Amino acid sequence: MFEPVLTRNIHRPYSEKITTYLEHGGYNAVRKAFAGTPEEIIDMVKRSGLRGRGGAGFPAGTKWGFMPKDQDIPKIVAVNTDEGEPGTFKDREIVERDPHQIIEGVIIAAYAIGAGRAYVYIRGEFFLGVKRWIKAIADAYEHGFLGKNILGSGMNLDMSVHRGAGAYICGEETAMLESLEGKRGNPRLKPPYPAQVGLFGLPTLVHNIETLACIPHIIERGPEWFAGIGTEESKGPKIFSVSGHVNRPGNYELPLGISLREIIDEHAGGVRDGKRLKAVIPGGASTPILPANRVDVPMAFETLNAAGSQLGTGAVIVMDETTCMVEIARRLAKFFAHESCGRCTPCRIGSVRLYELLDRIEHGKGKPGDIETILETANGIDGLTFCPMGAALANPARSAIEHFREEFEFHIEHKGCLVKAVYSS
Amino acid sequence: MALLDTHKEDIERHLAKYPDKHSAVMPLLAMAQEEYGYVTQDAIGEIAGILDLDVTHIKGLIGFYTMLYDRPKGKYLLQICTDLPCALRGAEALSEHLCRKLGIQPGETTPDGLFTIENVKCVAACDCAPVMQVNGHYHENLDEEKLNKLLEDLRREAEVSEPAHYD
Repeated sequence: MFEPVLTRNIHRPYSEKITTYLEHGGYNAVRKAFAGTPEEIIDMVKRSGLRGRGGAGFPAGTKWGFMPKDQDIPKIVAVNTDEGEPGTFKDREIVERDPHQIIEGVIIAAYAIGAGRAYVYIRGEFFLGVKRWIKAIADAYEHGFLGKNILGSGMNLDMSVHRGAGAYICGEETAMLESLEGKRGNPRLKPPYPAQVGLFGLPTLVHNIETLACIPHIIERGPEWFAGIGTEESKGPKIFSVSGHVNRPGNYELPLGISLREIIDEHAGGVRDGKRLKAVIPGGASTPILPANRVDVPMAFETLNAAGSQLGTGAVIVMDETTCMVEIARRLAKFFAHESCGRCTPCRIGSVRLYELLDRIEHGKGKPGDIETILETANGIDGLTFCPMGAALANPARSAIEHFREEFEFHIEHKGCLVKAVYSS
Repeated sequence: MALLDTHKEDIERHLAKYPDKHSAVMPLLAMAQEEYGYVTQDAIGEIAGILDLDVTHIKGLIGFYTMLYDRPKGKYLLQICTDLPCALRGAEALSEHLCRKLGIQPGETTPDGLFTIENVKCVAACDCAPVMQVNGHYHENLDEEKLNKLLEDLRREAEVSEPAHYD
């Protein structure tokens, strides 16, 4: 029987308070970590198989191993709470309801890599989250979990909050570092990676908060416990945010590898109003759309790649049979056109061209050849930008055309919507 | 009054957080916006002086980050999300209803200065769609009836007090 750990505290009364966290075993993992050497902690994280939960899925232990070992070089942990991928609402819930779980993960990470400074970058829109972070950090200082000589270990760690101000791109790690330095959130060319040259030119470990929330549990229960959950290449528990046309939208903590159909039908209560399932976006707005006949797929990095999509942030957006896929592609293109940071030409110009094409097809002004132009434009963006946003903005239109091309053709030929024609007759 | 007169301690606290003072530009801009309702020309000049930054750089930031404004907004900022998960649950029709009720378009402010409507990007509350933030406070699972009542409540509140900010 799977036992949720990341969300185990969030439904308790006053779950955000340090007293609640301590009452339920909070900060025990830090004590346990301090009993081991930093190398042992890095080895545990490697053996756990933990991969990043922010979208890219990079192995966390490997990232820790990339940090320079030289103790004289100051190092930084940068915590990514810039959750902005449409459909994703897991990080906000953890921050608002159990911030100490993340702080504990940050302390352990900082101990393992030898960092003395941590910055929490949080979306400016998360007003309650900002408040909860600030209060949690202050309480952690007061209880001796932050500051000088933490729990007598000789380790020092300072932590503070940095509010964003409305920019999706700052969820990309190097754009976030730029923003932390007081600049526009333009992604940097990699390499060098943040582990070599990060914030203020110093080696920096960047993690999404769900990744950090896994750390205390790995230390307490052991890497074998964590690696015992999930699939071959995707280990541990994961919070899936389910939204759209389902009966019970919400966050569900489940083992990686669970079937997408089970998430939709069992946990989220199935498609609402007795309608049939049409399509699902399995990992947030930037991941390719899957048609209903592909939802018997395990929710894991490798299996979703094989199915033609990605795990992304694990945000499942469900669409029923009455959904027009041209409109879905148009709306997603609009988001990315708005959020392009403007640095790379293919993304800056291409995102707007894609949106214009989709908008005109949706509104009955499409021309023969538009579908080909969309695919050509999408392929002219993906892989030709500094950051993964190029692929992100090409995915929705490309996958919608791949699986639902007849709807685009109908829109162009009949100046109207196939789905509407079917459901209004 | 300048920020250094009213918020000296806060400014010093923010500067102390970073090895490079340029990093404090976002917290200081947020501070100015909270104090004056938007980032005024004077505030831009003052912050540029404190942090030794170009005015052009700061204006670039205000243009880049959607939550920073260099002109006043309504007393109540109605930010309705119209991204995909909200749209699947009726956000577009709701946004149109809101515009009709107030007689303005997204991006505009009512002539009495009370309300500004903005169509914003995902605010990470897709399980409670459609969603609107009002001065930073979430209003969830909205429909036309709830929206009408909310507008009435806000109008009444505005008659007796200053609006509450930031949840």
